[in-house]
Amino acid sequence: MLGKSAGGLYWMFRYLERSENLARLLEAGFRIALTRSTAATSEWQSVIATAGVTNGFENRHGEYNAANVVDYILRDRENTSSVRYVTEQARTNARLVRTALTREVWEATNESWMVLNQALQRPIRERDLPEVLALIKQQSTLVRGTLYGTMLRNDIYNFARLGTFIERADNTARILDVKYYVLLPSLSHIGSSLDNVQWETILRSLSANRSYRWLNGEDINPSGIADFLILDRSMPRSLAHCVQEILSNLNNLSAQYGERKPCHDCVDKIFETLDQRTIDSILASGLHEFLKNFIYGMGELSSQIEQDYRFYS
Amino acid sequence: MGDGKNEYDEMFGGDGTVRNAYREYHNWIDAEDPAQLLKKSAEAETFFRRTGITFNVYGDSQDTERLIPFDVVPRILSSREWSRLARGIEQRVRAINAFLHDIYHRQEIIRAGRVPERLISENSAFEPKMIGVSPPGGVYTHIVGIDLVRTGDNEFFVLEDNARTPSGVSYMLENRETMLQMFPELFSKIPVQSVSDYPKALRRALARSAPSVCSGRPVIAVLTPGIHNSAYFEHSFLADQMGAELVEGHDLRVIDGRIAMRTTKGYEPIDVIYRRVDDEFLDPLNFNPDSILGVPGIMDVYRAGGITLANAPGTGIADDKAIYSYMPEIVHFYTGEAPILKNVETWRCSEPDSLAYVLDNLEHLVVKEVHGSGGYGMLIGPTASKREIARFRKLLKAKPGNYIAQPTLALSTVPILTKAGLAPRHVDLRPFVLVSPDSIDITPGGLTRVALKKGSLVVNSSQGGGTKDTWVLDD
Repeated sequence: MLGKSAGGLYWMFRYLERSENLARLLEAGFRIALTRSTAATSEWQSVIATAGVTNGFENRHGEYNAANVVDYILRDRENTSSVRYVTEQARTNARLVRTALTREVWEATNESWMVLNQALQRPIRERDLPEVLALIKQQSTLVRGTLYGTMLRNDIYNFARLGTFIERADNTARILDVKYYVLLPSLSHIGSSLDNVQWETILRSLSANRSYRWLNGEDINPSGIADFLILDRSMPRSLAHCVQEILSNLNNLSAQYGERKPCHDCVDKIFETLDQRTIDSILASGLHEFLKNFIYGMGELSSQIEQDYRFYS
Repeated sequence: MGDGKNEYDEMFGGDGTVRNAYREYHNWIDAEDPAQLLKKSAEAETFFRRTGITFNVYGDSQDTERLIPFDVVPRILSSREWSRLARGIEQRVRAINAFLHDIYHRQEIIRAGRVPERLISENSAFEPKMIGVSPPGGVYTHIVGIDLVRTGDNEFFVLEDNARTPSGVSYMLENRETMLQMFPELFSKIPVQSVSDYPKALRRALARSAPSVCSGRPVIAVLTPGIHNSAYFEHSFLADQMGAELVEGHDLRVIDGRIAMRTTKGYEPIDVIYRRVDDEFLDPLNFNPDSILGVPGIMDVYRAGGITLANAPGTGIADDKAIYSYMPEIVHFYTGEAPILKNVETWRCSEPDSLAYVLDNLEHLVVKEVHGSGGYGMLIGPTASKREIARFRKLLKAKPGNYIAQPTLALSTVPILTKAGLAPRHVDLRPFVLVSPDSIDITPGGLTRVALKKGSLVVNSSQGGGTKDTWVLDD
């Protein structure tokens, strides 16, 4: 396969994953804004911070409120992390790698771009927001579904999956990192009642609230959440699950190509930081430090993959 | 022109009777509910949008991809009509390849005085770097599109030979695909020859033209200028259908005298490139130094026999408009036969007698720039204003050698579906030809372009033209 195509696939699926994560993030913020009596400024701030667009947002808008944040995250063409922008990028990459995609995957991607472009034509009214967010998640899921259902399990598939899981791991880590101050104080004040809603937001941002309850009942506590989102391999958006998938996709590639590359050592190292760990040891050594290292490691891994498989040169 | 009186309607005879080729189809459409058919038309648009069958429009930031309108009424040719056309096309394409070989080698046609020497040597489409070069398998133009117009029952004229980079074949294939989806029952009623083998035939023609350094199964790639090119859809479509790689210049480099592409496993050599990049941009070392679309040094590899380029550089000389007027002589010179397909009568303004005639009859003629393309630098006499005619009179006197003139033809019509029912519109036809060292393969069908505006002769998609599925009956 052409290096350019591998890169196109990888980024196509990173962008698709990103659009879905942005929708989840907004959903969580919106939920808070609805359930809180006081102004939810700090929640909107943390949505913008998690999306990594604080500077851009503040240059564009003076005030953190629902309308500004929703518009910036969903529609703003200047924001290279808006749903509109990343959907367009996903589709552009899909055009680039069209010869590597089944008709179903291409059509789902193209249609999703058309549908979302239409839905995001005009500013989103508050009452329409839930429907639009559901639509965004649904479109991303459709493309992933066609990938699952129609593509050969070859290098093409593995590059696509690498994009999905690297983006997702990065995203989960960011959400945790931005929220770590919510988790942190309660560690030293065990038993004190911190706002339950805040904890739930974290789970909700990752569509993990129901899964968490299935496993832990109603006992929502900081280290339980951190354990679930970092170390539980059965949770499809946890760091451990994502890293395990990345490892397996890279292993498939090295088996298919009969060659081990530096990125394989890179992922092994990341895998070790999670394997056999307990949440207590992670929290004890500093959650923020841990997440910072993890995000950095993901960035390194991503550029090593680009280099090893000749995406650009 | 366009007065509706002398035009040949392909579906209906002068007395309103349905012509033979359309009989079955007409029975069918007559029984259909017009409202339902219009609904189907709208569905076709959705289908094209979803599959992304679009062309890019330059300089339009909001809506950079457009659909070419599709009309659901097919253009139908009988197998007898087709076989005569196919024979004529094959003869013409054989002559074109022989002509290309000749003018880049011994130039016998010039020595024989059949084509003036300066027409070649002073032609910007002539490529001096191709002199003495023999392409692998001897094929210059592997992929050809011949533009035809019809004026009567057996009256077909060649309007243009597209020997460098003919486009539109993806529309031929997708138009058929769309018809099959929308009206499957039609195809079980009416025997229509299939066009779906084209990608396989293209792959075969390219593979057979592989250079002798190729060992094993030839590696084939389609070279595109990139995602912003107006025909990008077609480039990726063809690569996909052939199972070839779709590459851009920056994916390629010269390694050990071969052209190699950057893959995830390293550089791998390519044997055949179906290039959709113009000569000028193909190689910054040999042609335009500013080009970033091509591959530095590819021309040297080509001359040394390390790669097959389809089509070969320098083929543009064969579809030049000045050369066109010599095509009857060219066909005769290389095949020893009378041309089966006619040329449109053409006056070369470089010749004083012709120039005098053209100047006297500007309001009845179409004047074309010799090296122009896509409807630029053109005068359509019958619809032009007095000022335009005066302007062209000056241009012609100043540089007569730059122009040719042709009569306006009464193009045939085929009905399209409108809200008011069937209505005749002018059409042309581009059949597609594949040439390999041992065969010439013509797909039964082609791209029918149709002027959607009543009375208009302009079928270009950039100027509001649409397309139709083209049927060759299997009778």
